[in-house]
Amino acid sequence: MRSIGPRALALLTLAVAIAALAAGCGNGDATSFSISAQTPRRIVSLSPTATEDLFAIGAGDLVVAVDDQSSFPPQAPRTDLSGFQPNVEAIVSHRPDLVVMAGEGTRAAARGLQELGVRVLVQPAARTLSQAYAQIRQLGGITTHSTAAERVVARMRARIARALRAAPLGRGLSFYHELGPDYFSADSNTFIGRIYALFGLANVADAAAGAAGTGYPQLSAEHILAADPDLIVLADAGCCGQSAATVRHRPGWAGVAAVRRGGVVVVDEDVASRWGPRIPLFAEEIASAIRRVEGVRRG
Amino acid sequence: MSRWLLTACILLVASLLAGLAVGPVHVSALGIVEDALSHLPFLDAGTRLPRVEEAIVWDLRAPRVLLGALVGGMLALSGGAYQAVFRNPLADPYLLGAAAGAGLGATLAIAYGHGDDGLRPLAAFAGAAVAAAAAYLLGATAGVGRGTTTLLLAGVAIASFLTAAQTFVLQRNSDTVREVYSWILGQLDTAGSGDILLVAPYIAVSAAVILAHRRLLDVLRIGDEEASSLGVDVGRVRLIVLAAATVGTAAAISVCGLIGFVGIVVPHTVRLLAGASYRVVLPLSLLFGASFLVLADIVSRTVVSPAELPIGVVTAAVGAPFFAFVLRSGRWVGV
Repeated sequence: MRSIGPRALALLTLAVAIAALAAGCGNGDATSFSISAQTPRRIVSLSPTATEDLFAIGAGDLVVAVDDQSSFPPQAPRTDLSGFQPNVEAIVSHRPDLVVMAGEGTRAAARGLQELGVRVLVQPAARTLSQAYAQIRQLGGITTHSTAAERVVARMRARIARALRAAPLGRGLSFYHELGPDYFSADSNTFIGRIYALFGLANVADAAAGAAGTGYPQLSAEHILAADPDLIVLADAGCCGQSAATVRHRPGWAGVAAVRRGGVVVVDEDVASRWGPRIPLFAEEIASAIRRVEGVRRG
Repeated sequence: MSRWLLTACILLVASLLAGLAVGPVHVSALGIVEDALSHLPFLDAGTRLPRVEEAIVWDLRAPRVLLGALVGGMLALSGGAYQAVFRNPLADPYLLGAAAGAGLGATLAIAYGHGDDGLRPLAAFAGAAVAAAAAYLLGATAGVGRGTTTLLLAGVAIASFLTAAQTFVLQRNSDTVREVYSWILGQLDTAGSGDILLVAPYIAVSAAVILAHRRLLDVLRIGDEEASSLGVDVGRVRLIVLAAATVGTAAAISVCGLIGFVGIVVPHTVRLLAGASYRVVLPLSLLFGASFLVLADIVSRTVVSPAELPIGVVTAAVGAPFFAFVLRSGRWVGV
């Protein structure tokens, strides 16, 4: 007990920091620091979402370094910089004039950078689509790519609207969004949960919404089986090797509606955990899953 | 002794049944009994539960309850054995760095195992065993003739070093924090019957070896020199018991993660209730530990239902106040 005490504490702190990051404990408004008139020429992005945003609006050539989690787009200049544990010296060595960060857990680093005269923009995890759009527009404004940013937002809106129109029958279906094989999930107060809600899908994690202040409760397997979801969305294929086959082989899961009717879908977990320009891709995957399940159900 | 043994057995059976019957989804106890009857061959009795409830009881709860009993019993027994060998009331199964070693092994498997689930228990088991062996070798070679103190300090050194290594790996792979974190707080949840078959042989052999040495451990209580003069090979007994307790602990935590507190609270409670002789403490720790973890697991899956609380949180949060109560109400008995 004694030997795991400090470690458990350290991990708890880390986990809380990450949960705060993921849930965006802040107000979500992307207006953290006043931006001087000068246009940045060397941007360091420590937020995978901001990286995707910057490249989507055509400001990718201003980006000189991105963090180790910024896996998209492939041409982003990925480094071993950490967005969770930002190291001011390592960031400054890239000589940035703007650093974009995602989290509340990075306050100390943000202060350190500002003391060195580097502009810092904090864009915390969005909780709604409109907050996600606002962050894209803000990056557009700062990099003088406003028109392109508006175009990206308009295109995202249109694609999501089309996906919603394509799957009008989601209402009445239930789903389970899996973040890990230990049954961590996301309730409807999270960004990803709200996307599902647009389709009218019922979230089996909502029964546990109060249990985790973060919106990401760890469900009990019993509850998932009893809730009998029509869709199981796996956002843990890459990290944890989960698939329709592994779900079917979990003890007791073979009888779940989603497993019986081909409602187990694998989604790109990077897309599903960010609030960037690829979110329409996720909405389209969900729409086609709904259509498939509905088709099977109606025979 | 026999009175307590009977109590412990009754409590264990009651806990196992409660573990089957209680959970976030309500399934009636009577229904479970009838369903169990309907599965018995040549007996035309009972009615089957609905499909989902049947899956919940037999596919989810039953393996979980069995694994909880195995792991809880093993951790409590190992705790008692460690306390006996070190003659130290604060000794627990993680004293020689088994937890830190298992933690490093599991973290490496999670971070670099590419989602291979089978790798984690193996890596955790190997980590725990190697850490404890290293601590033993270091302590035994550095402290010839100086009893258990150097062994204990070697354990501290090994544990700190491995914890540092684990934190380093975790920092390099911050995307795995949540997974590692939930492993460290312990979980019986994802336990399938495969896990039980994996660890049961190790736990059975380790428990048998420790229990077979319970009389010799009683002799060790009078001191190394006195025990030697009675013809007991102190070093040998110590090595065998520690090895068995470590292998059992390593097997237990390899599938369930670092469930704390069981190894301390259960043996001490038994001592306060039934006396300090290891002939009594060890078998009772095995039985009470099994019940304790099964009951703790019921709390972990019902208290924030339908969400789950990590079992390590429950064992500490329920165990610590209970232990404080037992300490205050009972008379203190030395290890």
